[in-house]
Amino acid sequence: MDTLTAKSPEDKTTDKKAEKISGSQAILDILIREGVDTIFGYPGGAIMPVYDALYNYHKYFNHILVRHEQCAAHAAQGYARVSGKTGVVFSTSGPGATNLVTGLADAMIDSTPMVCFTGQVFAHLLGTDAFQETDVINVTSPVTKWNYQITNAEEIPEVLAKAFFIAKSGRPGPVLIDVTKNAQTQLFDFKGYEPCEHIRSYRPKPLIRKKFVEDAAAMINEAKKPLVIFGQGIILGKAEKEFREFIEKGGLPAAWTILGLSALPSDHPLNVGMLGMHGNYAPNVLTNDCDVLIAVGMRFDDRVTGRLDKYAKQARVIHLDIDPSEIDKNVKADVPVWGDCKDTLPMLTKLIHKKEHAAWLKKFRELQKQEFEKCINVELNPTTEVLTMGEVVKVINELTDGKSVIVSDVGQHQMVACRYAKFNQSMSNVTSGGLGTMGFGLPAAIGAKLGAPNRTVIAILGDGGFQMTLQELGTIMQNKIDLKILILNNHFLGMVRQWQDLFMEKRYSFTDIESPDFVALASAYNIDSKRVESREFLKAAVQEMLKHKGPYLLEVKVGKENNVFPMVPQGCSVSEIRLS
Amino acid sequence: MKKDFTITVYTEDRVGMVSRISNIFSRRKINIEYLNTAPSEVEGIHRFTIVINESLEVVRKLLRIIEKQVDVLKAYSNTDEEIIWQEVALYKVSSETITEKVKVERLLNEYGARAVAIRKDYIVFETTGHSEESKKLIKFFEPYGLIEFVRGARVAIIKNSHGFHEKVKEFEKKQPTENFETTEVEDDKAVFSL
Repeated sequence: MDTLTAKSPEDKTTDKKAEKISGSQAILDILIREGVDTIFGYPGGAIMPVYDALYNYHKYFNHILVRHEQCAAHAAQGYARVSGKTGVVFSTSGPGATNLVTGLADAMIDSTPMVCFTGQVFAHLLGTDAFQETDVINVTSPVTKWNYQITNAEEIPEVLAKAFFIAKSGRPGPVLIDVTKNAQTQLFDFKGYEPCEHIRSYRPKPLIRKKFVEDAAAMINEAKKPLVIFGQGIILGKAEKEFREFIEKGGLPAAWTILGLSALPSDHPLNVGMLGMHGNYAPNVLTNDCDVLIAVGMRFDDRVTGRLDKYAKQARVIHLDIDPSEIDKNVKADVPVWGDCKDTLPMLTKLIHKKEHAAWLKKFRELQKQEFEKCINVELNPTTEVLTMGEVVKVINELTDGKSVIVSDVGQHQMVACRYAKFNQSMSNVTSGGLGTMGFGLPAAIGAKLGAPNRTVIAILGDGGFQMTLQELGTIMQNKIDLKILILNNHFLGMVRQWQDLFMEKRYSFTDIESPDFVALASAYNIDSKRVESREFLKAAVQEMLKHKGPYLLEVKVGKENNVFPMVPQGCSVSEIRLS
Repeated sequence: MKKDFTITVYTEDRVGMVSRISNIFSRRKINIEYLNTAPSEVEGIHRFTIVINESLEVVRKLLRIIEKQVDVLKAYSNTDEEIIWQEVALYKVSSETITEKVKVERLLNEYGARAVAIRKDYIVFETTGHSEESKKLIKFFEPYGLIEFVRGARVAIIKNSHGFHEKVKEFEKKQPTENFETTEVEDDKAVFSL
């Protein structure tokens, strides 16, 4: 390897000059030190010095030129979600920076570690409405875990060290660093880089209270009908193994939020399915029947809880979370187990008794059977002529054996993908959960493929969401990203149409959406593609997509007015879940 | 039940803190009644004093979200009974009417006011106390023509606080001592570490 600091030719002219490097170079040096090898970005005026420095550093980084900054952020999210690493984004000031906002908000609510760099106008121009100036620090403050504006290159080492520490530690989240152009070009005495391990005002993990762990264990040991509900905290804490040991020892049925999906293998006997509005019947109904509800690394989102004043009122609640502000936010915890679940779960496992709860588990199986007959079978083995979304996902399951990464967009297809896709490996489901960002899927899948290059990555998209970010086909083309794009086309903005159907007397107000010829569109980007409209060709087409080397787009025409069931209608309790 | 809570926040001295903290309130459509921010007794640390009228439950949640901000060291909340608090108020009145019709001396005694500037055309009085008192004085001045009035934000000393000097040392440590914890809000579950 060359010296860490790649020197530009003029730096070599005199020794004295060689000691100093530019702010831009320092940024890139530090990225190398932080183990960053992939950057998603888009150049522009105010970030040009960084891109100029990148010209000399090209062998250290795989820079992916996206087609819109929002997609750089989503790609970084996809990258982070499958790799566990921090996603890195470069973008320019003004519109470049404001285009990141949706991605930042998404990463904030879904706790995704990300460090975004935005260029900014020269420090002396701040506040003058200079060309491409926006107050990005104030604009992004509600959607970042931390942000900071660098106006002097001397600040770079310390601020970047903090940025990476904050993004990744505790409950992860996005960090934005705004760097004025003068700081990027300024030569300064770079005295080396120390990664950050401690910030006095920031405590990433709360101290674990032993008493709460003991109280929780006692409660679990007394429980006759315990139910575990888990979220992304397990994945973020890399506590999949600890979690399995916990539920297996206690014989605890466990249900997941869509961000917790894939933390526990789909076929695990204690996996009782998905929570929430379009989740499975058994865990929703039995939430209002259990005697102890054990929430692990999840935040009781309203899509999970339904009507709060009728949510698990009979149960005592144990809440394990790393973020103290989540405790009692929506659901009052009887026992708050503060801390990283990687640490607290083994403590709990040690204290709980080995149990089986066979009769209680049988209740889940019975309700599962009801759901299978009324919903699942209809979706997976339809007798109708039109294809269903579920049967497409079923074909993927059969052909990939639960090994691929599934990235979904937002809407009906997302719910179907999360409900039916099978996983036997963690960090395999990438979706926009909290923010519900349409257009997330395609760019996030690009990032996911780069974050897990050896795995098959399938982007399952709707015709609506795909059209929000389809310009990223250009990114896929240019970078030859081996991504499988599956569009489930129902010619509608399906989820909104479903609500209009069920709750607004079928008044289909602007949900009827026309699309271009997706196959022709793909070929314009030199991406192989196919359209399937009937069942007999489905499996072969999916097979062809999966076997194809390089990017591939498969459009599947599905039933126009199919609804996703079960469903907890808004304003209803989880136990009022409808099967049809 | 809503009542006044005085929230005290210790933060790093950093650009943009006011907006980051005020965002937490405005996002939830909570009005800030008073906001005072100034350097604390510890160098590099600012102290915010924020007064809101809210329920205990909401205040609890707010405190946790405030503490979650990376540059916030600590947040406390107290009811009026738990603090000693003061507000400064300045009153500008016309010299002519006030010296003609009122015995300034009486005014000073009765309302604890003090004249801080005496000019030919106006006098500026100052009081330090609670808002009820300043309201009374405003009422008193009204007939004589109150030209201008300004009230300062509340500042408050927490009765049972032992100060922040010692705490900062704990913050500096990577692993704080086990007993280093505070209960911020009454009957809370002895919440978190710092």
